Amino acid sequence: MNRFAALLDALVYTGSRNRKLALLSAYLRETPDPDRGWAMAALTGELDFPAVKSSTIRNLLMERVDPVLWTLSRDFVGDTAETASLLWPEPQESAPQDSPGLDETVGLLTSLTRATAPSELPKLLDGLDSSGRYALIKLATGGMRIGVSARLAKTAFAQAFQVDVEDVEEYWHALEPPYTELFAWAADGSDPPDVAHRPLFRPFMLAHPLEETVVDLEDFAAEWKWDGIRVQLVRVTDAEGNPQTRLYSRSGDDISATFPELLDVLPFDAVLDGELLVRGITQGGEAGGAASFNALQQRLGRKTVSKKMLTEAPAFVRLYDTLLLEGEDLREHSWETRRARLEALMERLPDSHFDLSSLVEARDFEHLAQIRAGARDDAIEGLMLKRRDSPYIAGRKVGLWYKWKRDPLLVDCVLMYAQRGSGKRSSFYSDYTFGCWDGDPDAGAELLPVGKAYSGFTDAELKKLDKLVRQTTLNRFGPVREVERTLVFEVAFDSVHTSKRHKSGLAMRFPRIHRIRWDKPVHEADRIESLRQLVRD
Amino acid sequence: MSAPFSWIRSEPWGVQVVPADCWIDPGRAVDRALVTHGHADHARGGHGETIATPETLAIMELRYNTRKGAVPVQYGETIRLPGGVEATYIPAGHVLGSAQILLEHAGERVVITGDYKRRADPTCAPFEVTPCDVFITEATFGLPVFAHPPIEEEMAKLLAALARHPEQCVLVGAYALGKAQRVIAELRAAGHDDPIYLHGAMEKMCRLYEENGVNLGELRLVSDHTKEDMRGRIIIAPPSALNDRWSRRLPEPITAMASGWMRVRQRARQRGVELPLVISDHADWDELTQTIAQVNPAETWITHGREEALLRWCELHQRRARALALVGREDEDD
Repeated sequence: MNRFAALLDALVYTGSRNRKLALLSAYLRETPDPDRGWAMAALTGELDFPAVKSSTIRNLLMERVDPVLWTLSRDFVGDTAETASLLWPEPQESAPQDSPGLDETVGLLTSLTRATAPSELPKLLDGLDSSGRYALIKLATGGMRIGVSARLAKTAFAQAFQVDVEDVEEYWHALEPPYTELFAWAADGSDPPDVAHRPLFRPFMLAHPLEETVVDLEDFAAEWKWDGIRVQLVRVTDAEGNPQTRLYSRSGDDISATFPELLDVLPFDAVLDGELLVRGITQGGEAGGAASFNALQQRLGRKTVSKKMLTEAPAFVRLYDTLLLEGEDLREHSWETRRARLEALMERLPDSHFDLSSLVEARDFEHLAQIRAGARDDAIEGLMLKRRDSPYIAGRKVGLWYKWKRDPLLVDCVLMYAQRGSGKRSSFYSDYTFGCWDGDPDAGAELLPVGKAYSGFTDAELKKLDKLVRQTTLNRFGPVREVERTLVFEVAFDSVHTSKRHKSGLAMRFPRIHRIRWDKPVHEADRIESLRQLVRD
Repeated sequence: MSAPFSWIRSEPWGVQVVPADCWIDPGRAVDRALVTHGHADHARGGHGETIATPETLAIMELRYNTRKGAVPVQYGETIRLPGGVEATYIPAGHVLGSAQILLEHAGERVVITGDYKRRADPTCAPFEVTPCDVFITEATFGLPVFAHPPIEEEMAKLLAALARHPEQCVLVGAYALGKAQRVIAELRAAGHDDPIYLHGAMEKMCRLYEENGVNLGELRLVSDHTKEDMRGRIIIAPPSALNDRWSRRLPEPITAMASGWMRVRQRARQRGVELPLVISDHADWDELTQTIAQVNPAETWITHGREEALLRWCELHQRRARALALVGREDEDD
């Protein structure tokens, strides 16, 4: 445990990516199995101990520290694990036993139940110093937030044993922590894990924002970017000859249970990449086409699905790509080849549950820009530009795929409340709630909150905003400060929907600060009415 | 007969002693100011008259290049102010010359601490507990997560990092008044006799400390030396210079920072600090609360910092307290 705690501390205090990689790969080479595998699982967020939640830790602390002081401390530090590690009372007998190793600790955490956790966790915590407590709580509650992504951890693994990171990605999802087979393959040259007979997630190919780039349509194909959720539908015939079908989200989560209607409609083995959408009746677009994201949202995150939902908002997949087809790996082939195979495939797929994401034909880039500007369908989020000769490569490789989103909608809002951020932004007031006028501000109208944003500004602007919040505070409600109405934000957002959760009756999608209008008087900010006109439900 | 302690009142920019018509650590120019110590957020320039310890006045002269209106008061000395107010300056243990000010009027005693700490510091006189009716305290580190470790441990961390990387250097961010000199003096106490290199902004203040009897050993200016000279050495610079272009002239610096905020990992990360040194010139949580208990005032007023938590502690311990919410007290580099 001490070694793992030292690794976490070193990673926290290292900014440079190369040095993080060096630290991690040294740890992976020097640490024996299964500890290093558990460390990889912790860093990639693959560990889950259902009996230990953030609230378990909070409750333990509230029994030992005044709840108000706990809350104030947590708010300041911005991280529950760290706050708890700092506030945990040092045990009276200062004879620290040998702390258990990572494997032993994982075993102990796995054996905990909701009933035993409150009495067993303190024993573990008492045996550790502040760094050890931090590592233990991070391990137990998941969500490291120490500036190491899953991808970085896998890259470090590849670097440690000089294997290809794409192979690591490929095998990763076939294995469970502590990944002894993966270490055996990479470190000792054993056979790689079998990935052929299991319905595994394959990492998605992702796009960069287009920004200032102009592409030549000779080299790039354009297709619509749909406003649903990116999914991968996988069917594999297992060793017993039974077809296994899974639906994975962008992050590789198995969401099969949420969309049962898609599990028995793929008539052959394949790995398909597409956008999951629901059909809408009133939501515009072409008849029987895709509904807005708001409609899809009703179906997300559900463990069980009612019959009513299945009839009112049936899901389908709009296909973008084929990765594997009947045992053949197409990923090495060009996009053009894969697209041709996909188009040929469509007649074998039921159109109740599949359609093809159509290509957008344009004379040139300028023409394409016009088409993009004129797109009416609300399920369109923008355009995708895909290099015609590019293979399907996991992750976000520069120059192959671009996303060119629709121009955002803009509205001028007034800053009303600010809340401290978490993690890297703890201590800064970085989450802003803003409102629009419910009438004529010069005739006594009031501001109603319409949204919240915590991105779209630079670090320098954040400092300035933080200072303004501190200087214009009217009221404090725990971590939230109400501020004087002095500042206008130009807020960008993708769409706005009716919502019962907000007093204004509106909810924005992806709101972010577009510009800070230090110059604009607050009474010139927009009214709720103009925002309401942008609603497309 | 006016209400108790009504002769002391506060504005967001300072505390006023009403009958004497003077202000303590005012954030704007006034006719008469009582200044606790030389940090810029407490010692502004431009007052008609500035009453402070000789060391604080010397620091202010260095900063503002004038001694106009300077009225020196020694530790333990009591001066009479108009309106029947007496003021006594008492060591606060924060930085060279730092003082608490005891104000007495109409049989009531008020102590305003300015900034203070309770740990031993070779560069300044130690804090003295002074009984009073109203204790006006800071609360910079007024949260129970703040527990400053013994400074010897932090020095050992610093020297170990230096020994591990003899081809590099350790760049320590430290506030130019107080923290820098304390770190140097503690390094000397830990037996580190090598020359220590300074950012130009540190030089005059270090010299002032030496003139006041604080021995800092051999100091050199970074600007007078080459990269090669500084391998295996400690460099002290203001926190603002840590990630500045200035640091490019140093041999692969390991970035350290001496501050009480370094107790919190995310704070260190925000500043790109690789070697956090938890060293503060303020009282930590236990010291703040112990000091209130020792002084045992009828009322505790809190000037700035994490006042909510300290108020809560007072409430839990049945102590009368309120927050003054002074603004403009910058504490990010403490």
